[in-house]
Amino acid sequence: MIYALIAGTGSYLPGQPVSNSDLVARGIDTSDEWVVERTGIRARHLAEAGTTASDLAHQASLRAIEAAGVAVDEIDLIIVATSTPDFIFPSTATLLQSKLGIRNSGAAFDVQAVCSGFAYALSIAEKFIRSGSHSKALVVGAEIFSRILDWSDRGTCVLFGDGAGAVILEASDKPGILASAIHADGSYNPILCVPGSVAGGAVTGDPFLRMDGQAVFKFAVKVLGEVAGEVLGQAGISAAEVNWLIPHQANIRIIQATAKRLGIPMEQVVTTVAEHGNTSAASIPLALDLAIRDGRVRRGDKIVLEGVGGGFTWGAVLLEY
Amino acid sequence: MENIEQRVKKIVAEQLGVNESEIKNESSFVDDLGADSLDTVELVMALEEEFECEIPDDEAEKITSVQQAIDYVSAHLKK
Repeated sequence: MIYALIAGTGSYLPGQPVSNSDLVARGIDTSDEWVVERTGIRARHLAEAGTTASDLAHQASLRAIEAAGVAVDEIDLIIVATSTPDFIFPSTATLLQSKLGIRNSGAAFDVQAVCSGFAYALSIAEKFIRSGSHSKALVVGAEIFSRILDWSDRGTCVLFGDGAGAVILEASDKPGILASAIHADGSYNPILCVPGSVAGGAVTGDPFLRMDGQAVFKFAVKVLGEVAGEVLGQAGISAAEVNWLIPHQANIRIIQATAKRLGIPMEQVVTTVAEHGNTSAASIPLALDLAIRDGRVRRGDKIVLEGVGGGFTWGAVLLEY
Repeated sequence: MENIEQRVKKIVAEQLGVNESEIKNESSFVDDLGADSLDTVELVMALEEEFECEIPDDEAEKITSVQQAIDYVSAHLKK
């Protein structure tokens, strides 16, 4: 039996934290109290002009590679989850492969599932490894959402941040990932989207993130509870046996409502939303890396990673670290 | 078996963190009980679970007081 095991993690946040008060000073019509009360967000990191998703992915990947103790040429699969790629094409994953100096003809591609992207990418990588086709995967969530925010829309521009997180997933005779599930319901596409495209040298439609916050909240709480239950059920593990819940970091209220539904105390939930904001596909690997490096998450711990995002898409991975 | 009014008030108390004694039928979730927009969404979800029904978003928006919640549930509860 081949399992897929997380061998190492890394993450990267660009620049200094930007507080809610800093945003007010930049002219955003909001207040620290309003943002904290409704979202739990106190700060986020924003990439400088010229920095790209592959730059953030590169830094996070170097740290994951070092933590895993692998040689870059052993990496035969690169999957980057992003909704803010460097280019229309080629993929951010191929740009990352180039930046890492990998020339072993391994596979590299992007996954577009917005805030569920990392759960999707990890689930896909696991299937590649379990099939025996690949043995060392670099799975990354990297986003620069600051580029697609309408800074005049105070309901959305305060919510997001930039960053990247990465894991090395390798073939192992011990678990590993125990279960995974990914889902989508495209009929919900209008409640969270960037409904623009590039044609004839210009953007047609709207190049900024649009969201129906209340509808997203309700959908997110519902499916995050369901999909965590689904992967636990697949593995025959009860919520009481889970050491850590690491959900997508969109909003502390969604996280609290999800934990409550699952009966997992907040002390066993890793949260970074206060310091990072919502970094979309990067939020789960950022939180995982933080909790591993600060010693909370230890080898043998059972962890549920789960995300939900535009599409709508959602997914979860249950693993033993 | 508790009646609908008692069950609704119990959910409102739990979701909004207020004492059941403070909840009157005419209480507005936002103006009287201190709820914000996300609290009202969670409240509607809790009502849906308790009464095993789906409350469409356009109907949910009209439920702004305890009495409106009781009325909605009374009218839509599975017989």
